[in-house]
Amino acid sequence: MSEVIRVEGLTKTYPLSKGSTPLVAVDGIDFSVQEGEVFGFLGPNGAGKTTTIRMLTGLSRPTSGRAVLLGLDLSRDMARIKKRIGVVPETSNLYDELTAFDNLIFAMQLYGVPRSERKRRAEALLERFRLSEKRNTLFAKLSRGMKRALTIAAALAHQPPLVFLDEPTTGLDVMSARNLRQTIARLRDEGVTVFLTTHYLEEAERLCDRIAIIVKGRIVALDSVSNLKSNAQSAGTVTVEITFSDGESGVETRRVEAQDVETAIQTALAQANGRQMVSINTLRPSLEDVFVKLTGLKAEVMLVEKGGKGGGNAGG
Amino acid sequence: MLVDDLRGMFYIALKDLRAYYFKPPNISWGILFPFAFILAFAIRNPGDLRSLVPGLLALTVLFGTSSMEAIVIVFERRIGSLERLLLAPIRLPALLAGKLLGGMTFGLTVTLAVLLIALSIFGGTETNWLMMALALLLSATAFSSLGAFVSVAVREVFEAQTLANFIRFPMMFLGGVFVSVDSLPAWLQVIARLLPLTYSVEALRAALTGGRWETVWLDLGFLAIFSLCLYSLAEYTLARRLD
Ligand SMILES: Nc1ncnc2c1ncn2[C@@H]1O[C@H](COP(=O)(O)OP(=O)(O)OP(=O)(O)O)[C@@H](O)[C@H]1O
Ligand SMILES: [Mg+2]
Repeated sequence: MSEVIRVEGLTKTYPLSKGSTPLVAVDGIDFSVQEGEVFGFLGPNGAGKTTTIRMLTGLSRPTSGRAVLLGLDLSRDMARIKKRIGVVPETSNLYDELTAFDNLIFAMQLYGVPRSERKRRAEALLERFRLSEKRNTLFAKLSRGMKRALTIAAALAHQPPLVFLDEPTTGLDVMSARNLRQTIARLRDEGVTVFLTTHYLEEAERLCDRIAIIVKGRIVALDSVSNLKSNAQSAGTVTVEITFSDGESGVETRRVEAQDVETAIQTALAQANGRQMVSINTLRPSLEDVFVKLTGLKAEVMLVEKGGKGGGNAGG
Repeated sequence: MLVDDLRGMFYIALKDLRAYYFKPPNISWGILFPFAFILAFAIRNPGDLRSLVPGLLALTVLFGTSSMEAIVIVFERRIGSLERLLLAPIRLPALLAGKLLGGMTFGLTVTLAVLLIALSIFGGTETNWLMMALALLLSATAFSSLGAFVSVAVREVFEAQTLANFIRFPMMFLGGVFVSVDSLPAWLQVIARLLPLTYSVEALRAALTGGRWETVWLDLGFLAIFSLCLYSLAEYTLARRLD
């Protein structure tokens, strides 16, 4: 079995109050995820990423459409699917009243991990997520990054072959986010299939084998990162980065975007104002460019995205 | 699948007991509250203290099981941890049964402590232990289901407390805890007969005073019916709340 997730026409409609038109949160999406792949779901706030995960993990009933996970039909075999998936929700939701260690043990108890295995695995997970020192600390007393790490550890405790991660690194400092990314990369090495959502373009670029870009409930692009980029290139813009110097202290770097390289360079040179040109680079389109192009969302949205968590949904 | 459900039920109850129930404030409230009420009544109406014991026990089961139970589910839903249980390979009825089991275990433990104290003061030679066990168990099931229903019916934690008290306090005054139901006006008797606490007090009184099974069966039967209805209602409401 090489296809771990297959989704056809998956749709979720939320009825709105007061007779206005219902909200289509996820609008007939199709995709499939291969075994051992890290598959990224990238999109702005409210695009329908979380809703998709909630449907695929049995927390929310699809309005229509079909999904097969691990060879089992979502609508008929949810109980069996649940045993074999791990889910990390948008907000870290372990039990404040239990210690880090006990939280992991409880997670394993729910999934029927044999008693003889539990302790050993809990210790190993704490080790792996650099939380051994916090073994006996209440979840409530952990830092945000530690909570996130422990929540991911708990989702892996029953060793599922398929893991869903909803924004695993949002709100973490650079180092914690990096550590978590390394852990995710290691999951792939172990053959675990990973479905993750993120706002961070670099994260998707670094981690994912393939990316689906979802906007307003629809998938607008789905491909490997390199294919997405080369498509963006053939479709249009070129960016040139040029650095000027006034001979003494001042150095300024400017970026210019245009339809072709020649125009870009000419436009850039026109901004020289008598200064000397120190360096010039043509930039390959970044995933950011792809994203902006495909979503039609401009810089201001991206700024919200980059500033961490925009929007106020705490994962209801 | 049944194995998963039973295991899940057990561990959910265990987790709730450790995380929420067996915490000092909850333990002391569970015991103090019923005692305080009975004491207040006894001071105002000095008389046969012994006759207040069934009511004291029933109140202890009621508050012991339902106080925390009414909060637990809505609390976990608000902070998001209920999702962990929904994601686990456990069906909804078993999940809810696990929550019930937690409340029942705590309520019965506290009640047992109160029972021992009461028996050591008043003696218990006439006690029918089987009847007592059944009465306590079915009372705990009924009140725990009531708590679960309250917990799934509301959206906020404070609403759960308000709704639980809205139901419990009338029950306390009409259910035969302080004054016997027979001495109430006819229309209040009709209402009293719709309240599970009434049957709980009646069955416990019979168990303590060597009462006859013929009448107690009916009390126990009603408690079982209340349990079933409240549990089903709670499950139905919870299923609709999700999604
Ligand atoms: N329970 C719900 N009831 C009604 N509408 C909902 C519900 N959950 C989500 N929505 C709506 O569905 C749309 C998609 O939401 P979703 O949470 O899936 O977005 P997202 O892509 O995860 O966004 P974010 O990046 O902010 O997490 C939004 O418009 C949201 O308001
Ligand atoms: Mg989301």
